[in-house]
Amino acid sequence: MSAQGMPAPNAGRDTAAGWMQNPVRLVVEQASYAYSTSDRDAPDFTLGPVTFSARQREVVGILGPNASGKSTLLRLVSGEFKPLSGRVELDGKPPGQLPLRERAQRIAMVHQESTLMFPLRVWEYVLQGRYPYGRRLRFENEGDCLMAENALAQVGAKQLLDRRMDQLSGGEGQRVILARALAQQPMLLLLDEPTQHLDIGGKVELMRRLRKLAEENRYTVVVVTHELNLAAEFFDSIVLVQRGKCLASGKPADVYRRELLEQAFETELDVEMNANGRPRVVLRGGEETEAAGGDAETPKESL
Amino acid sequence: MRPLTPRRIAAICALLTGVLFVVVVFSLQVGAYPISVSDVAVTLVRGALGHWNSIPSSDRLIVFGLRLPRIALGILVGAALSVSGASFQALLRNPLADPYVLGVSSGAALGAILSLLLLPQFPWAMQGLAFLGALATIAAVYFLGRRKGQLDSTTLLLAGIISASFLSAIIMFFMTTVSGRDFRGMAFWLMGDLGTAPAIGLGFLFVVLLIGIGAIYTTSSDLNLILTGEQEAHHLGVNVPRVKLVVYVSASLLTGLAVSVSGAIGYVGLLIPHVMRMLFGSDYRVLIPASAIGGAIAVALADTLARTVVAPTELPVGAVTAAIGAPVFIYLLRRRFP
Repeated sequence: MSAQGMPAPNAGRDTAAGWMQNPVRLVVEQASYAYSTSDRDAPDFTLGPVTFSARQREVVGILGPNASGKSTLLRLVSGEFKPLSGRVELDGKPPGQLPLRERAQRIAMVHQESTLMFPLRVWEYVLQGRYPYGRRLRFENEGDCLMAENALAQVGAKQLLDRRMDQLSGGEGQRVILARALAQQPMLLLLDEPTQHLDIGGKVELMRRLRKLAEENRYTVVVVTHELNLAAEFFDSIVLVQRGKCLASGKPADVYRRELLEQAFETELDVEMNANGRPRVVLRGGEETEAAGGDAETPKESL
Repeated sequence: MRPLTPRRIAAICALLTGVLFVVVVFSLQVGAYPISVSDVAVTLVRGALGHWNSIPSSDRLIVFGLRLPRIALGILVGAALSVSGASFQALLRNPLADPYVLGVSSGAALGAILSLLLLPQFPWAMQGLAFLGALATIAAVYFLGRRKGQLDSTTLLLAGIISASFLSAIIMFFMTTVSGRDFRGMAFWLMGDLGTAPAIGLGFLFVVLLIGIGAIYTTSSDLNLILTGEQEAHHLGVNVPRVKLVVYVSASLLTGLAVSVSGAIGYVGLLIPHVMRMLFGSDYRVLIPASAIGGAIAVALADTLARTVVAPTELPVGAVTAAIGAPVFIYLLRRRFP
């Protein structure tokens, strides 16, 4: 599981000086968005303005209750939606203005799960990540195969190569979906609730893996998640959204304040500090304080 | 890991073309006036070399005048229906989609019948209106099949079936306005009939169908990704609206043309892509050409049955494909696709 053989995703795009300084790669500044069913009506849902930024090797978590606009924010970052006001820039360029295939070479989106109509082999699925490179109607070459194998190795799933996608367990499937994103050789990796179908062991493993990938491949990673405590433990910064508004963004220790979290999740919560300086969220009970373990940090469970 | 190569596609196509050739020879042989294999071979070779005068006139008439044009028409229609079925299955992400089930064939048939009644003096009006009928039907079924902005596979199939029966009712209404002899001809044509040579000519039909299939083939890498979801395809760099437009228009063109020259032949577009998937995998880069040749084989064979099982009369070829196709459809339905 090393980065050897997997060229740095942004090799050639950064100057040596830029790499040394590690400039800000992703900028989201006062960005807003609105959904509406028709042009004349008032928008059904508005998001923003949201401001945050990330460098390479950084992992950002987007947290908030259900239907708070987390996924909308992620799609804004991915360039699928164009901001109504403000700006979203990746290395100085708005991703929404990049040609689709160029964008797919820079930004990879990992969806919650893939529903396949006809069963594919794992290698066929991972090779799909090579689509943005080369012509539209293309046949994969040896380089593409090597890239797919490396991507699978990086997520520890090389042994799954010849398995069928519909015969994988939830955790295995999640790794293969991640591998397809790695095969795109992106600089920005976006994940939409990747921990949803995983048990606690799988969740921790995925978080460690994202950390490691960000470090080794110099990715910038943005994750939408419900895992308050895991996010505090593993991520560099947090964006907290509620009902389309950005309540706070910054380091976990700054964002995890009792009033903010209670306002966001409408639940009585307490924040404690771990020895490593990372905050931890616990439920505030009536008589006694109980540690919020396992699934208790998901807002659905807390309510 | 064995990624698909152009060489493997060529090998698969060569194999299927070989099978198609055997079917063509068999189909040339059988009928009310059987011709032996050696006579068929000799006739074909002499014809290919241009030695027309050395072929017995009866063989020449039966092989080149009657059977070969009909087989060629079956080949073109089969290829068109099968490729448009494979395309609809990818775009609608529904393994049971096909021009017949979705009502697209009925829309094309209505267009063709309207042209016969209203614009009989223009030969191209039939193809044009059949194409428009197919396009309008798939657009209607697509929008009726959506629920909360998402394509729902059950709703989609029901929308298709209901559209088909609604369109059939309108077709029946128009058919009652024609005289008895024409009525029987139209009814026979509606069931699928390869007995009438197309007014636009086989060569022309071949060229237009080739363009339609070619246009769909250029999107085959994109269709592979659209099969895993439109949003995922978008994030992998596929221009989804462009691909959908190209494939909907091309598939409607294929269906419209096929229906305008042969009536509504069912189940070919549904079954052949599935058989090809089982044999050669679900990659559209091989599935499109394999379905084209497979569909050609199926319709050529079905039409041979149609004109021989109840000889000296004939069945509509659509009756044969339905008799074989319907049970297989049920089988696929029961197998429960994921």
